[in-house]
Amino acid sequence: MEKLIFKVYRGDSGKGELKEYQIEVDEGMVVLDAIHKLQATQAPDLACRWNCKAGRCGSCSAEINGFPKLMCMTRIDELPKGNPITVEPMKAFPIIKDLVTDVSWNYEVNKTIPPFTPKPPEPDGTWRMQQKDIDRVQEFRKCIECFLCQDVCHVLRNHNKHSQFIGPRFLIRVASLEMHPLDTVDRRELLKDQFGIGFCNITKCCTEVCPERITITDNAIIPLKERVVDRYYDPLAWLIRQLKRVFKPSAK
Amino acid sequence: MKEKVSDRVGSAFGGETYEQDVIVIGAGGAGLRAAIEARLQGLSVGLICKSLLGKAHTVMAEGGAAAALAYVDNRDSWKVHFRDTLRGGKFLNNYKMALLHAQEAPDRIKELEAWGALFDRTEDGRILQRNFGGHRFPRLAHVGDRTGLEIIRTLQDKAVHLGIDVYMECTITKLLKDGDKISGALGYWRTTGESVLFKAKAIVLATGGFGKAYRVTSNSWEYTGDGHALAYHAGADLIDMEFVQFHPTGMVWPLSVKGILVTEGVRGDGGILKNSKGERFMFRYIPDLYKAETSDTEEEANRWLAGDKSARRPPELLTRDVVAKAIVKEVKEGRGSPHSGVFLDIASRRSAEDIKRKLPGMYQQFKELAGIDITKEPMEVAPTCHYAMGGVRVDAETAAATVPGLFAAGECAGGMHGANRLGGNSLSDLLVFGRRAGLGAAEYAKKLSSQPTVDMGEVQQAQQQMSEPFERSRGETAYKIISDLQEMMETYVGIVREEKELSLAVEKIQQLKKRAQNVCATGDKAYNPGWNYALDLTSLLTVSEAIILAAKERKESRGALTRIDYPNTEEDWGKVNVVIRKKGTEMTVAKEPLSEMPEELKALLQETI
Ligand SMILES: Cc1cc2nc3c(=O)[nH]c(=O)nc-3n(C[C@H](O)[C@H](O)[C@H](O)COP(=O)(O)OP(=O)(O)OC[C@H]3O[C@@H](n4cnc5c(N)ncnc54)[C@H](O)[C@@H]3O)c2cc1C
Ligand code: SF4
Ligand code: SF4
Ligand code: FES
Repeated sequence: MEKLIFKVYRGDSGKGELKEYQIEVDEGMVVLDAIHKLQATQAPDLACRWNCKAGRCGSCSAEINGFPKLMCMTRIDELPKGNPITVEPMKAFPIIKDLVTDVSWNYEVNKTIPPFTPKPPEPDGTWRMQQKDIDRVQEFRKCIECFLCQDVCHVLRNHNKHSQFIGPRFLIRVASLEMHPLDTVDRRELLKDQFGIGFCNITKCCTEVCPERITITDNAIIPLKERVVDRYYDPLAWLIRQLKRVFKPSAK
Repeated sequence: MKEKVSDRVGSAFGGETYEQDVIVIGAGGAGLRAAIEARLQGLSVGLICKSLLGKAHTVMAEGGAAAALAYVDNRDSWKVHFRDTLRGGKFLNNYKMALLHAQEAPDRIKELEAWGALFDRTEDGRILQRNFGGHRFPRLAHVGDRTGLEIIRTLQDKAVHLGIDVYMECTITKLLKDGDKISGALGYWRTTGESVLFKAKAIVLATGGFGKAYRVTSNSWEYTGDGHALAYHAGADLIDMEFVQFHPTGMVWPLSVKGILVTEGVRGDGGILKNSKGERFMFRYIPDLYKAETSDTEEEANRWLAGDKSARRPPELLTRDVVAKAIVKEVKEGRGSPHSGVFLDIASRRSAEDIKRKLPGMYQQFKELAGIDITKEPMEVAPTCHYAMGGVRVDAETAAATVPGLFAAGECAGGMHGANRLGGNSLSDLLVFGRRAGLGAAEYAKKLSSQPTVDMGEVQQAQQQMSEPFERSRGETAYKIISDLQEMMETYVGIVREEKELSLAVEKIQQLKKRAQNVCATGDKAYNPGWNYALDLTSLLTVSEAIILAAKERKESRGALTRIDYPNTEEDWGKVNVVIRKKGTEMTVAKEPLSEMPEELKALLQETI
């Protein structure tokens, strides 16, 4: 066991600060364990969200040493030694208290996405689908709604475009519907207008932080941009296409 | 529609008030499915959950949902599923529930597909099904090892677009009644700590289980048995509380991950269990009931893995009660792994590529949390508290509890799984009985001639009780008391039980209840887990007491209940449920007969397939 210094954000939307705590850590402990230990021994009213403690529910998102991460999947022994470990709430959303932020905006965004609408089933009332045709959509459906990608995306984090841009999480949600072999709705106009896909300039920061390793940009956003281009004009997507043609002449 | 009527209530109650036809407490698979069904019946529906929407336990389910679709093995049918469920439950199941479950599960799974779910596929493009413990044929519809996520997201998106009102991060602490009928529920917003009142004609409980009564558990902070306790205090019966499922394979090392689940899908896909001597010990633990259907040599078990349909199933796929007990015995007799577990090996059975494709969550979980590559090394595993077979006694058809206007579905309902649940039968249970509960509640609400009235005196009293932890300047925190309770339950009411220890547990729980009267909270009410746990503690104590009393009552061993002082399974005990009921302020225990099964169903149970 060794004693480490943690600096944890304490406060609410009004004011707050990083408060220093010393915590004894055991082998293999993750940051969430340290927070739990704090609650049990030093700060019973410290607010944080968690459920599964295994990277499956997406509740425990925070910024650890400034990086957006799941607290339950971040091992303390893998963080740089010597410096205090800082734990702060996500920055792209309003703080409720301590490590808990108000993510309700995400739920509102989800409601605006036209739901799954399947084509008619085969005579036996079911559908046939090949695994290879659903691999891509299954990748998108791995999303645990941790909202870390929303947190890191500069369009939301720095430019506060919450009212014009749905963010990477919901772009992959749209992609999972648009690329679903059974779905019949065309959401391209929404993508271009209300959903603001044009704001994304493919920095790929979202892909980098995704704990589910969903290739958000390459597999979802870029193909969606291309689909939008099929109907409308988006200069960046157009450019990407041209580049692809240049570098991969055989690709269609 | 959601209607805010706070002004109508006036000064008697300071908080917000909402009025709906049906209130569903719990937004896991069961609650969501119930809410969807009640809404489809044209009623206004409110859905309440302690966490954010989509974070309920259901999201963590890994292996799959059992349904006799017979896509992978056409010998499967509802009859075999029914048989397997009863055999797994050691014949204590509410047979009507098991029957409806086996018959309706396939439709519920197909319905999810129509709502957008994408299960893994067979070569011919249908839903792929995997093997699991106690299921005779490959039966679990799944998506890798993240089936629960697929199910909850599908239901969530369906619910959101139907106009169901969702109240997130809201904890219900009391059910309200008008005479003998349900009239509403009182709770608080976790974000602000303010009280909130829901008036309803009918209430569906879908609050899940109570694994937090134990220290080593696969369950989250939410699992404090709130629904069980709410129902009990409202006068409903609880049954089968003596049966707590310990899943055979939880992680054991490092300590901080102890209890986290390792899906049974590992064994379903070929994983085997070994002790420290390298023996595949499960061959030594095959119960008579399963002898005819279980391989007794490694050679046969290997043929089964290679796809030989004439080979019998490997003993690692025996039911959870059997496997958990075998592991405990191996460890006790000195053949355990370094951290008091056994080894679970998939690395030598499947290619690295297969493992990463079918069990990606397990691969990541071990790699990141334990520094182990499961495609190369075995995992260390030991039993972990996992599932509550016991719950609110319900009518099979309508999911109605014994209190008018109260319904229950999912893990918080009892009866469906008897003395031991089969893996995969929970996710299907949620869908089948979630739907039935929604329907039952809607029909009840429609028939009600007038809106029941809420007794504001009762509300104020309950509201007062909620604040009490702040009024005590000296006392213990909830963390300390919960941790002592968990340790006590593990020591005296664990996997293996006996009279002497259960009697001690009865005393200990009384002491803990006393301490709980002094539990204190600091800070203010807004998002204060110390205070929230202090309120959850009340539920934990109620369910723990029920578990202890029921376990003490049943003088035999059956399924998940092992009593070393009564090691045999007794025929007479197979005819009764242990019922927990509140009389005055006392918790009472009674034995009540199971309903008699028709002969043609009885015949199914004996069939060797
Ligand atoms: C790690 C893990 C893996 C599993 N894998 C499988 C599997 O592969 N197959 C299978 O069939 N089963 C599996 N199970 C079991 C299965 O997931 C659960 O039994 C099931 O999801 C329970 O669903 P539910 O709808 O009853 O409750 P839950 O999904 O747990 O939902 C309970 C809801 O009730 C709410 N709630 C509780 N108390 C209150 C209160 N006081 N006020 C307001 N809301 C409240 C919670 O917030 C939550 O929304 C697994 C379980 C775990 C833990
Ligand atoms: S790639 Fe697009 S969506 Fe992702 S972080 Fe960058 S701008 Fe945001
Ligand atoms: S896409 Fe990845 S980062 Fe974004 S919410 Fe989903 S899981 Fe989290
Ligand atoms: S607690 Fe579920 S992802 Fe961390």
